[in-house]
Amino acid sequence: MNQSSKFSWMTPVTTGLIGGIVALFLCLVGIVEASLNRFVITGILTTGQVFLLAVYAIFVVQAANKATPRFSEERSPLRILASGAIAGLIISIVLAVFVLIGQQIDLRGVFIHATPALYDLLTFGLGVPQGIFVLLGFGILMGILFAVLVLLPKALRKSIGVGLIAVPLLSVTYSALFAGRGLRLPVAIAVFLIAAVAIYLWDRYEKPVRKRTQSLPSGQQRSLRIGVWILAGLFVLALPLLGSYPSEVLVITGIFVLMGLGLNIVVGYAGLLDLGYVAFFAIGAYVMAIFTSPEITWFPITTSFWIALPFAVLTAMLAGAILGIPVLNMRGDYLAIVTLGFGEIIRLIALSDWLKPLIGGSNGITQIPKPTAFGLAFDNPQKLYYIVVIGCVIAAFIATRLKYSRLGRNWMAIREDEDVAQAMGIDLVRNKLLAFATGAALSGLAGAIFASKLTSIYPHSFNLLVSINVLAVIIVGGLGSIPGVIIGAVALVGLPELLREFAEYRLLVYGAVLVFMMLRRPEGLLPEARRKLELHEMSPDVAE
Amino acid sequence: MATLLSARDVTKRFGGLTAVNKLNVEIEENSIHSIIGPNGAGKTTFFNCVTGFYRHDEGTVLFKGEPLDGMQPDRITREGIARTYQNIRLFQNMTVIENVMVGYQSHLTSGWIGAVLHTRKQREEEKLAVEEARKMLGFVGLAGRGDWMSKNLPYGDQRRLEIGRALATSPDLLLLDEPAAGMNPAETADLMEFIKRLRAELGITILLIEHHMQVVMGISDLVTVMDFGEKIAEGTPREVQNDPHVIEAYLGRGATEHGPA
Repeated sequence: MNQSSKFSWMTPVTTGLIGGIVALFLCLVGIVEASLNRFVITGILTTGQVFLLAVYAIFVVQAANKATPRFSEERSPLRILASGAIAGLIISIVLAVFVLIGQQIDLRGVFIHATPALYDLLTFGLGVPQGIFVLLGFGILMGILFAVLVLLPKALRKSIGVGLIAVPLLSVTYSALFAGRGLRLPVAIAVFLIAAVAIYLWDRYEKPVRKRTQSLPSGQQRSLRIGVWILAGLFVLALPLLGSYPSEVLVITGIFVLMGLGLNIVVGYAGLLDLGYVAFFAIGAYVMAIFTSPEITWFPITTSFWIALPFAVLTAMLAGAILGIPVLNMRGDYLAIVTLGFGEIIRLIALSDWLKPLIGGSNGITQIPKPTAFGLAFDNPQKLYYIVVIGCVIAAFIATRLKYSRLGRNWMAIREDEDVAQAMGIDLVRNKLLAFATGAALSGLAGAIFASKLTSIYPHSFNLLVSINVLAVIIVGGLGSIPGVIIGAVALVGLPELLREFAEYRLLVYGAVLVFMMLRRPEGLLPEARRKLELHEMSPDVAE
Repeated sequence: MATLLSARDVTKRFGGLTAVNKLNVEIEENSIHSIIGPNGAGKTTFFNCVTGFYRHDEGTVLFKGEPLDGMQPDRITREGIARTYQNIRLFQNMTVIENVMVGYQSHLTSGWIGAVLHTRKQREEEKLAVEEARKMLGFVGLAGRGDWMSKNLPYGDQRRLEIGRALATSPDLLLLDEPAAGMNPAETADLMEFIKRLRAELGITILLIEHHMQVVMGISDLVTVMDFGEKIAEGTPREVQNDPHVIEAYLGRGATEHGPA
């Protein structure tokens, strides 16, 4: 028997301790307290409580899983339940000790979020000592409940898990969009049931249904596929009906999708780690501003959005190629540092006094007109959304086509092994510059739309964090994967946009999500899939 | 027979170390030529000079009578030299067939615009590329494995794929760097047959670095022996086997004096 296959009762204790520290951390940074009035289930459950419950769930499940040693067949239900209960209890003990200390000493001098309201919440409003006992009992109860989840068959476990996640997600989205106060209890139960059943059915019937559709004649398959696309298209087009604020969030998400699709070509396909991607976004935005704002008097042309757009894209593209030249021979971390520098240089130039007479320095450029077309002004988020969608569709189209072409394969070969790629006759200079230029063009497009959306731009909008955000979007979504970019942008840009009162914790969550993803799912949410070329009938793109 | 590749006084130094010293090698067209020598003799360095990954400091390499000196590796590949690596270097996260298609890419011409617009030319080219790659998979014995991730192939198949990928560039000269490394006797025998087939069916000239004496002696027309960056012997397998310099290089100075004749 090797070491990892032995079971020790210390395991649930340490797992619980870590969970307790995480729970304590969430309390002390103020996430729990900030959401006292933000209900997930109206009048019953607040967002903060959901966060704490999530900590219990994650660490209890962890402890329960560890109760079955690796490489071991025997699964002892009793041990699983006991492990879960111990972990749950330990989490509660950590919180209880914190409450007890907090009652004696005023911690608020150091931890401003250690408020009476927080203690009240942790002791279920019962105060010391009754509340402490309830808290401990609650910990054991949660431990057993979530451990039971581990004991359930996989399909059932998955559907309950998804149901439990769906309720807070939907509730938070709903509350943010419609200024609601959470879902009412019956609604929450309904959401839970629908999500759980849907996932259960999906798991059960997805494969047979897929098989059946694949055995259909190719004409029918084609019309089926077109039908699905039309439905998806209608759904996307109908989204602005949600209202002005949701559309605003969608526009911002869309701009990140656009940038993500571009950066995905550079980093995901060609493997060139570019940390200065925001530079091209800035260039696109500034070119748009210079061309369209009446404020800019030195520039002979003041024109409309549509005429300026190609210039913005082309300038960004050119800048991408120009940046590409000096970094052609750099790899990995060196490339990252140089591009990082380039991004900062562009921002500092925009900010400088030197160019202040031309592009306004820190005052930026204002009075950028909104786009108009056929006498219709795209002056609100609902309308702007459509411009962003068109941009994203074009970008996704270009990215897909390129991916499954000679150029795309060359890029991937360069990503996998640059030397060997060159030994296969691939011209590194040409292929790399094309990757940089294509990525930069899409970023420039995003920047141009961004400028006319805001009608004014300032250098500080184009900081390093934007580059990092876009990179995080494509890594979390799945490097090289186009659907991944969209999911990544929704998860990392759209959702945080909805959780406004947690804005100050955004980077904290970012960090946690990235660490978690790298440990548990390094390939991303929707990893890149390779198209089958040999045995499968030719893909529709290649066939025809 | 004409000379396909000739290296004249090729010298490569790394700082104070002379890895390849005034090497002269002539590779005859349609021959199987081996380079052997102890570890660190400069064999792979010579490969790297020929394929353009290193710039040699002195001397010249002529391919089909034209100098290759100073050319970029991709250009040299397009001239008709392909290679494999000592430690297999596949594009691991691409499928098997995609690996071959990358090798085939220098025969394609469509670029950015063709790919985005899906021009007729581009579609036909892609179709052709897939067909050619399928044929190549069949040739190297990987039919049916095309949609596997290449990193999931067993070791011997990875070697085959690497050769298939190199062949897809349609080379006149194929450089194989220790192709039999890590192979069992049965796989080695297969490999020997395969190399002979390459020459017979595709008319390719083969330059081989190999430690496996069974392979070297079994298939080579000519063997060049290197030690400390210099050529110490050259000849048919039989000639080389009996050369005292060679025995010395492999077994040490004492071997020739005291060993059995």
